Amino acid sequence: MAEVILEDVVKAYSKTEVIHGISTTIADGEFIVIVGPSGCGKSTVLRMIAGLEKITGGIIRIDGQVVNKLEPKDRDIAMVFQNYALYPHMTVFNNMAYGLKLRKFGKDEIKQRVDQAAQLLQLEGLLDRKPRQLSGGQRQRVAMGRCIVREPKVFLFDEPLSNLDAKLRVQMRLELRKLHERLKVTSIYVTHDQVEAMTLGDRLIVINEGAAEQIGSPLELYEKPGTKFVAGFIGSPAMNFMDAHISRDGQWALMQGDIRLALANGGVPRFGGQQVIIGIRPEHFKIIVKGPQSMLLTVDHTEILGADTTVYGRFADTPGLITIRLPDIHHFKSETILPLSVAQAKIHIFDRETGARI
Amino acid sequence: MVENRPLTNFCSHAVLIFAIAIIAFPIWITFVAASHDAVRMTQTPLPLLPGDQFFINLKDTFTQGVGNAREQSVGLMLMNSLIMAMMIAVGKIIISLLSAFAIVYFRFPFRMGFFWMIFVTLMLPVEVRILPTFEVVANLGMLNNYWGLSIPLIASATATFMFRQVFLTVPDELLEAARIDGAGPMRFFKDILIPVSRTNIAALFVILFIYGWNQYLWPLLITTDKNMYTIVMGIKQMLEAAEESPEWHLIMMTTLLAMLPPIVVVVGMQKLFIKGLTETEK
Repeated sequence: MAEVILEDVVKAYSKTEVIHGISTTIADGEFIVIVGPSGCGKSTVLRMIAGLEKITGGIIRIDGQVVNKLEPKDRDIAMVFQNYALYPHMTVFNNMAYGLKLRKFGKDEIKQRVDQAAQLLQLEGLLDRKPRQLSGGQRQRVAMGRCIVREPKVFLFDEPLSNLDAKLRVQMRLELRKLHERLKVTSIYVTHDQVEAMTLGDRLIVINEGAAEQIGSPLELYEKPGTKFVAGFIGSPAMNFMDAHISRDGQWALMQGDIRLALANGGVPRFGGQQVIIGIRPEHFKIIVKGPQSMLLTVDHTEILGADTTVYGRFADTPGLITIRLPDIHHFKSETILPLSVAQAKIHIFDRETGARI
Repeated sequence: MVENRPLTNFCSHAVLIFAIAIIAFPIWITFVAASHDAVRMTQTPLPLLPGDQFFINLKDTFTQGVGNAREQSVGLMLMNSLIMAMMIAVGKIIISLLSAFAIVYFRFPFRMGFFWMIFVTLMLPVEVRILPTFEVVANLGMLNNYWGLSIPLIASATATFMFRQVFLTVPDELLEAARIDGAGPMRFFKDILIPVSRTNIAALFVILFIYGWNQYLWPLLITTDKNMYTIVMGIKQMLEAAEESPEWHLIMMTTLLAMLPPIVVVVGMQKLFIKGLTETEK
């Protein structure tokens, strides 16, 4: 167990910089999720912490020790790979014991640790099997076991659930969370799946194009996204964005089609008259009785999911479809007009140039 | 595609049986010839059914020696061939595993240069470089011993290239997992890479063993000591009986014996051999 500190970590391949200086402190025992779209560099960050990629600039500390020049084996970390990377010719027992054997643990100690991990992961009956005789979920657990037996300071996960089918993924997600609650080992988890990120992480690091967009707890990211990118990335279906401008007194956001949205907390007088982007999450729209303040949505099509219904439509002449999510089942014909409103506090405003939250 | 059509079945079986007959007929003749006595083998027409002399011939082959090669025992020649073929096959596998490992997993200057240098040796088989190679082997005092028989044949671009391809299919994560587990390069090589390429090694062993066993020109060139003759050379010499007619029954018996070790290797390793050539999942 240990703190992991990243200080202005940079990665460049020859001349191309792919990670532009990430700094954060991961507390002892914390479960942190690095999340971002594919190709954003999140795996690279993890691999630098693991020691599989050289660190071009900055410092990484694990438990106070600078590990920049250390080999992976000397960093006291363990990693779960996306494709598990189990040794195909070894039994489950040997897969888990290999790291311990190389570290010259005694036979009894190895057996005891592996048995313990096997029990924890419900792998007891499978210790003599080869990886190819296991199901996806079982392989996943063996990969976990290989990490657990080492009792490392830090667990690293590189999209460990993305090769599993949807149902198993939900189940393993829960198991991972439980496991972390039992073991309390500092964990760094990379994923592109924001549901995994929201449910697993104590805190999230959202990475976009090699830079950390925002670091915070899942709810913080959901309720107060720091940038338009984070707002669009966290939450499903994704947040709706609409061009608007702020009224002179900063109390109203004015959109095309004469839609006026009153702003909460005294508005944003400093930004009066500016062009902005308004963000509203699909689940924050409510159907109301038609009135002067209502936004009128013309339904394009609906997707009925049972628990809730996703409606796609347009406000007057805004470009692109607006998504709204309504609980329960609704049948709307296309071209139906729905009067909607949004709670003031649920309106997010972003700078049109920088994408930063206003 | 699984189909069940009588005509297709018949045709494919006919083709297969025909091909097997082409291959098997000479072997059958060898076997028949090895089971008759010397007199019968000088008469025409040649027999097509086995005789009753098989075990007598077998005994004679080992105890008397044959034709021009009478001074060397067939047993010793078989042993020489076996040692040479084993040394070549094992040596080739070790060398090419190591060089492929170096080329795939290490970043050193002129890495691709070395790879292509190895690759270019494909154009230089023994027959092409036979004089300089002989010179080198002679100067190193390796004439008439097993080292001289096998070492010049050990370097193998084909095997290196094959292992390179095999190693390239091994997922990088396996290496990374091993690094995190604490394995150094040689540990990884020994504990992970070789077991993972086990079937490919077996497949290559079969091919290389037969290659080594069938060597004729090179042993002929560097062995003058009769105790170092190999079986393939021996058979040729048995034919060169000066005054008398060749002892076909014994020569054919020796041929049968010479066929045996490659067959044992192929049959024994058949399962691994096929897996090694067809298996793609690592």
